Amino acid sequence: MKNNTSSIKKSGLGAKASRRISNTLIYIVLIVMTVVWLFPYFGIVLESLRMESTGRVDYMIPKEWGFGNYEYLFTNTNFPTWFINTTIMGLATAVLQTFFILSMSYTLSRLRFKGRKFLMNFMLILGMFPGFLTMILIYKIFGDLGLTHANAPFGLIIVYCASSGMGYYVSKGFFDTISKSLDEAARIDGATRWQVFYKVIMPLSKPIIIYTILMGFMAPWGDFMLARFLAAGDDLGKNVAVGMWGWLQATNPSTMYTRFCAAGVTVSIPVTAVFLALQKYYVEGVTGGAVKG
Amino acid sequence: MKQLNALEYLKLNKFQRFLYDFKQFFCAIPGWFKGLILAFLGLVKDFAIKIKDGFLDIIHTFVKGNWAVKLSFVIFGLGNIYYGQIARGILFFLFEVAFVVYMFFIPTSVDVSSGLPNYRTQSGLNWLKSVNWFETGNTVGTIQQKPGYDYEYDVPITIPGEDSTRVLFNALLAVIFIIAFIVTWRLQVKQCRICMDITASGKKIKSGKDDLKSLLDDQFHKTLLAPSIIGIGLFTVLPMIFMIIIAFTNYSDVFGSIGLLNGQSELYQWVGFKNLAELLNFSEGGIGVAFGELLVWTLIWAVFATFTNYFLGMMVAIMINKKGIKIKKFWRTVLVMTIAIPQFVSLLYISKMFDFNGFIGSFLYNNVPFIRDYLVANNTNTLWQVPEAARIMLIVINIWVGIPYVMLMATGILMNIPADLYESAQIDGANGVQQFTKITLPYMLFVTGPYLLTSFVGNLNNFNIIFLLSGGGPTNFDMNIPSLEGLVPGHTDLLITWLFKLSTGSGAGARYYLASALGILIFLVVAILSLIVYNVIPSTKNEEDFA
Repeated sequence: MKNNTSSIKKSGLGAKASRRISNTLIYIVLIVMTVVWLFPYFGIVLESLRMESTGRVDYMIPKEWGFGNYEYLFTNTNFPTWFINTTIMGLATAVLQTFFILSMSYTLSRLRFKGRKFLMNFMLILGMFPGFLTMILIYKIFGDLGLTHANAPFGLIIVYCASSGMGYYVSKGFFDTISKSLDEAARIDGATRWQVFYKVIMPLSKPIIIYTILMGFMAPWGDFMLARFLAAGDDLGKNVAVGMWGWLQATNPSTMYTRFCAAGVTVSIPVTAVFLALQKYYVEGVTGGAVKG
Repeated sequence: MKQLNALEYLKLNKFQRFLYDFKQFFCAIPGWFKGLILAFLGLVKDFAIKIKDGFLDIIHTFVKGNWAVKLSFVIFGLGNIYYGQIARGILFFLFEVAFVVYMFFIPTSVDVSSGLPNYRTQSGLNWLKSVNWFETGNTVGTIQQKPGYDYEYDVPITIPGEDSTRVLFNALLAVIFIIAFIVTWRLQVKQCRICMDITASGKKIKSGKDDLKSLLDDQFHKTLLAPSIIGIGLFTVLPMIFMIIIAFTNYSDVFGSIGLLNGQSELYQWVGFKNLAELLNFSEGGIGVAFGELLVWTLIWAVFATFTNYFLGMMVAIMINKKGIKIKKFWRTVLVMTIAIPQFVSLLYISKMFDFNGFIGSFLYNNVPFIRDYLVANNTNTLWQVPEAARIMLIVINIWVGIPYVMLMATGILMNIPADLYESAQIDGANGVQQFTKITLPYMLFVTGPYLLTSFVGNLNNFNIIFLLSGGGPTNFDMNIPSLEGLVPGHTDLLITWLFKLSTGSGAGARYYLASALGILIFLVVAILSLIVYNVIPSTKNEEDFA
């Protein structure tokens, strides 16, 4: 054990005892953290099951339990529409965005051509402008094309995907790590660049493809700025974030508060399930992306 | 300032070294800008040389070319057709025809129902004429809508005019079309030249089929990039240029927030640098006061949000990864929940939880005397209404949000630190703290430099956390800026949330002109800070240190 050398030198406490103390401290910290991190989620679940009032109260445990709030969601509000909107956006974005990001990052990582450096610098600088400002013009044009208000989800899919090539960093980092000799060997055997891409690199890229799909699917669930702007107040064109935000801003939030909690739980369950199932790929993406930049 | 050599530097004590490094850092700043300017001048020079070469090449092509090549200076694609590249030649020619028709021959359409001119469709040349590029005081678009009278039905009507946004957008398209025209012209002249050279050397000219095949091979990058480039061009570059131009107009919708967006044909004006000047007017009652205050808070926020998360997240990762800690996977999964559950759910809920009516807010108010006294002293019952408290809460809750990301990232990197580094440190008698500051931290800082930069920039523009938690509040009643009516930023607003408020315009209506000017300033802030951070982080300087 390499720890022994250092711990022997410590005076007073034996090696085992000192390690036990530090581990106990760490367990205490971790348990406190677990409580703090999970507390809001317990809170939201408990409040969503509260039946005696729909407003905010100064206690956590409901006095009367039931699923009334969930029932209300699906019978009296536009929540199902928002949920469907966001799901459609999530699925469409997952597919299209993956296409854009993979083609961009693969090209920048493995092909060398005139203007490559320029393109990368250009996108870096472009990314420094607040992207939200593009919405002023896009709103106007999409308005003419009928892609705002109730049709905002379709407009949003285009907005999310069209420029997504600019987010190539993480997957470029991944492609950079695949050995170049694979390409060269395939080229010598007479494969075209398309065949190298399709038959050699893609099969090796499962983790990053899944990561990109996951990110694409999650994006619309968290977007607020663009979604609110394009929906322009039309209830049928909102995503869940914008719609539920509206409930808490209403003049009388006390009627919608527990329903907000119920909706929050309803939204979180499928998204969290997808995320936790694919957690492994997410971690790979985050780690690789941070290091490669 | 005096440069010290290595020996002199080592003689200094820690504090002096720190001072020295600090001074060095700031003395280096002018150097970076000098470097930037030189690089820029170099680019300009290269560009000039390229243009010169291009012109020489064009003249050469014209002098040496046969009749077809000479004619294709006017009729696109003729040279290509002459040399047997039929498909390519026809495409060039069709482009020219389309351009001419678009530029000169599209008539102004007439609204079928009213019989009045409808200024939605015009030729490119007309759009270019009516936009009055940057003439301060002039309108964007020339034809105002005016009241008229319909004698057939005896009712007053409005004779439609042009619509500034549409005029500007179409004029931009026309400019892009003209640039494309020039580029295509140059391209086909070059093609003629290439064909001439190939024929002269006696080789065979490539056919259209070969061209298509090469798109999957030698020219594969073009195929792969085309969709992305088109998407970015249409949905980012074009709207961005539009936005930058808007900053020089007085485009707003104070005449009715829905009206202007829905095609009301009010014309707006060119105002020159008035908006930028207004945003930077730091005198009493000027918008610059609001801008300055927000900028300071945005920077404080970004620094705290980035570094608290970074260091705490790293500590958590170290704790979880320590030998002898069990159920590692469980601890990680608990933290990852914050990433998995959509932020707006958790953040909105937490925001309400700390409100007076929420159970934590009311618990704090009723059971913790010093918080109660503090709130009473500030004439309120919730922490969100006290500026300093709201700011601190934001930073603390952001730790809750941010630690998991850093933890995940750090976990991966910690495992990569060579174990023998620690072993030799232990043999030399280094304790845990020393191992952390001498091995773990430098290694992490080195490897995660790019991450720190992106996360710092991300925090400068961290819309969701601020908007969902505090909404930018509490309102800043001390700030007296008459020209902002209702759009004065709150105490916790970042530049980006203020920009959002300016362009959605709750209350007095959206001020796109201010939002656009603010957008330009945000760009400058982000660009300058990125430049500084990029020069500070170790990974870019000593690339070989840990390699």
